[in-house]
Amino acid sequence: MQNITDNIHDWLYATFNPTIAMLIEFAIIGALAIGLFAMLGLVLIYMERKVSAVMQLRLGPNRVGPKGIFQTTADTLKLIVKEGMTPNGVDKLLFNLAPFIVMIVAMVVLAPLMFAKGFQIWDINIGVFFITAVSSLSVIGILMAGWASNNKYSLLGAMRSGAQIVSYELSAGLSILAVIVLTGSLKLSEIITSQENGWWIFKGHLPVWIAFIIFIIAVTAETNRAPFDLAEAESELTAGFHTEYSGMKFALFFLAEYVNIFVVCALGATLFLGGWMPLHFGTGTKFNEVMDYIPSSVWFFGKTFFLIFVIMWFRWTFPRLRIDQLLNLEWKYLLPISMINLLLATFIAIMKWHF
Amino acid sequence: MYRETSIVNESTPTPFSGNGESDMIINVGPQHPSTHGVLHLIITLNGETVKKVEPHLGYIHRSIEKMCESLTYRQFIYVTSRMDYLSAHINNHGCALCVEKGMQLEVPPRAQVIRVLMDELTRLASHQLWWGALAMDVGALTPFFLAFREREMINDIMEETCGTRLTMNYMVPGGVMSDIHPDFQKKVHAFIDHFKKKIHEYDELITDNIIFQNRTKGVGYISKEDAISYGMSGPSARGSGVQCDIRKLYPYEVYDKLQFDEIIEAGGDSFSRYMVRIKEMKQSMSVIEQLIDNIPEGDFQAKTKAVLKLPKGEFYSRVETARGELGVYLISEGGTTPYRIKFRSPGYCNLSALDHMARGQKIGDLVAIMGTLDLVIPDIDR
Repeated sequence: MQNITDNIHDWLYATFNPTIAMLIEFAIIGALAIGLFAMLGLVLIYMERKVSAVMQLRLGPNRVGPKGIFQTTADTLKLIVKEGMTPNGVDKLLFNLAPFIVMIVAMVVLAPLMFAKGFQIWDINIGVFFITAVSSLSVIGILMAGWASNNKYSLLGAMRSGAQIVSYELSAGLSILAVIVLTGSLKLSEIITSQENGWWIFKGHLPVWIAFIIFIIAVTAETNRAPFDLAEAESELTAGFHTEYSGMKFALFFLAEYVNIFVVCALGATLFLGGWMPLHFGTGTKFNEVMDYIPSSVWFFGKTFFLIFVIMWFRWTFPRLRIDQLLNLEWKYLLPISMINLLLATFIAIMKWHF
Repeated sequence: MYRETSIVNESTPTPFSGNGESDMIINVGPQHPSTHGVLHLIITLNGETVKKVEPHLGYIHRSIEKMCESLTYRQFIYVTSRMDYLSAHINNHGCALCVEKGMQLEVPPRAQVIRVLMDELTRLASHQLWWGALAMDVGALTPFFLAFREREMINDIMEETCGTRLTMNYMVPGGVMSDIHPDFQKKVHAFIDHFKKKIHEYDELITDNIIFQNRTKGVGYISKEDAISYGMSGPSARGSGVQCDIRKLYPYEVYDKLQFDEIIEAGGDSFSRYMVRIKEMKQSMSVIEQLIDNIPEGDFQAKTKAVLKLPKGEFYSRVETARGELGVYLISEGGTTPYRIKFRSPGYCNLSALDHMARGQKIGDLVAIMGTLDLVIPDIDR
C-alpha cells in the first residue's frame, strides 16, 4: 500500500509543478473521503439491520439484491429524491446548515486514521488530540439543529445531547490519555508501532483495561447510541433533534452517526487493540511471523468492526437511561474512576512496569 | 399548540416568555410513539421535570355505549371487542355475564371452563404485549419481538378455535359460539411448555437489568389510599397493595374452584406494577394448566331462544380484564335491545392517576409510568 501511494505521489510531483500536484492530491483524497463516508454509511447501516435482525429473531432486509445488500442503497436513493422540506418558522440558515456541519465533522475526523500499514491521509503529530477535538464539534451541529427547528422536542433533544456529549468527552479523553502516557506520543502511527510487541490491552495491565471499558462506555454515549440515545429517545421525544428533518438532510444526520461510530471504534481499535498491527507476543517469534501474513487492513477493519458490533449489541439489548442517571454515571462514577486510572497509568509508565 | 392559551391558567406564563418562570408546555400526542394510541397529554415542564400532566380524551371516541342501545342482546357483545382490543374476549365475557344474569341463564360447565381458559390466554397475550411495549417505552427494542414470539402462538390458538386472532367474538349469551378445535388442548400444552422454557428470558432481559430497575424503582409512586381514591383497579392498583382482583373477590364462572394467587405488591412504584404483571403471567399459566386437561364433557352452549329478551330492570356484572375491573351496567325496558349501557373501563380510572404519579418526575419516567399503567386508549374513550 505504501508503495502505491508513494508512486502516485512521486509521479504527480514529477509531472506537475508542486502546487498543482498538491491540489490534485487534495482532490483525490477528498473524493476518497467522500466515497469512504458513503460506503461506511451503507455498510454500517446494513450491518446494524442484520445485527438487530439476528437479535430480534427476524431475517432483516432480504429483498433488494442478494441477502438484501442493496436495501440501504435503495433507501438512500429514496431519501435523495425526497423533497428536502424546510418547515415554516424555522431558522432557515441554521436549519439547513446543521446537517452539513455534522457531516463535515464526521468526514474530517477520518483524516488521521490509519486504515492499514502506511495508509493514512494525514499523519499529524497530534492525531489523537485532533480526533477528540474535532469530533466534539458535532455537538454544535446537533444544538444548531435542535434550536433552529423551532420545535420543543428538538430543543429538548439537543439540550440533552449537549449535556451528554460535553460530559462524556471528559472520561473518553481521560481514558485515551491513559494510553497516551504509556506511549508517549499523540501520533497515531507511533501509537501503533509502540504495540509491535503486543497490544496495549495485553501489556498495559489494569489501567488500560479500565480505560478500555470506560472508553467504550463513553464513546457509546458520545455518539448518542443506546443505551445513551437520549438525544433521539424515540419513545419520549419522537426523534429528538432531527424530528423536523426529512429527506436527504435527515439522511446526512443518519450517515454521520454511523461514520462517527466507525471513527470512535477505529480510534479504540488503534489505541487499545493495536490498529493495523497483527496480534504479536514479544518480538521475533514464529507466532508473530504467521500473524504477519494476514494483511494489515484486515486486522484494522476486523478490530474496528468487532468494536462496532459490541456497540450495536448494547443498543439492541439495553433499555435507555434517564437524563439524570446518565449525568450521574458520568460525573459520579466514570470521571473519578478515569482520573484515578490516569494516575495509575502514569505511575506504571514511570515505573516502566508495562511490557 | 392551538390549545395552549386555553389550557394554561392565567398565572402560568407562556413558554419562553422570559419573565423568570421556565415552564414549557408540550403536547404529547395525539400522534406520539409512546402514547400507545391517540392519547393527548399536555405536559407542563420545568426543564426535564414534569410539573403537570393533563390528559385530553376523545380522539377515538366511537360512542360504543350508544351503539349498543340499537343492537340486540346477541349483537351488542361483539361491539365491545373494540373497546379494550387486547382483552377482547374478556370484554365479551363481561357483557355475556350481564345478559345471562338478566335472563337467569345457567351456563353449561363445559362452556364455563372454555370461557375461563380463553380469558386466561387473552390475559397472557395482553401481558406479553404490555411487556414488549413497556420495554420499548424505556428504550429497549428487542423484547418486543420476544414477546411477539409467544403471543403469536396464542393468536394461532385463538384463530383455530374462534376464527379470529384479535377480536375473538367467541362469546354468546349462554355459552360460547362453537366447540373448541380438536387440536386446542394439544396446542395449549405446546404453548405452556414453550412459554415456561422462555419466561426466564423476560427476567434476564428486563427484570434483572440494572438500568431498567433504576428506571422503575421508586418512580411513579402512588400510595394505597391514593390508588383507591383514584379508583384504580387491576394490576396497576395491586402494585400499590390494593386487593382488587375480581376473580377472587366476586368469583364468576369456575374461578372459585381454582387454585391461584392474587398477586399484590406493596411498593406502589413502577417496578411493583411491573412485577405484578410478570407474576400474573405465571398465575395465568397455572390456571390454564389446572383446566386444560379437565374440560368437562357436555354442551358448549345453553339452549336459548333466537331472540333474547331481558326482563325490566337494571343489571350489573364485572370481570377482571387484563387491565383491571370492567363493569357492565345494563338497563332493560323489557325489549330486545338494551335501554342504556354503561361500561366502567379500567383504563379510564388508571389514566386519571397519571398526573399524580408523574409530577416531579422526568419526561422519560412519565413514559415509563404510562407503560406500567398499561393504557389502551380505545378502552378509555370507548
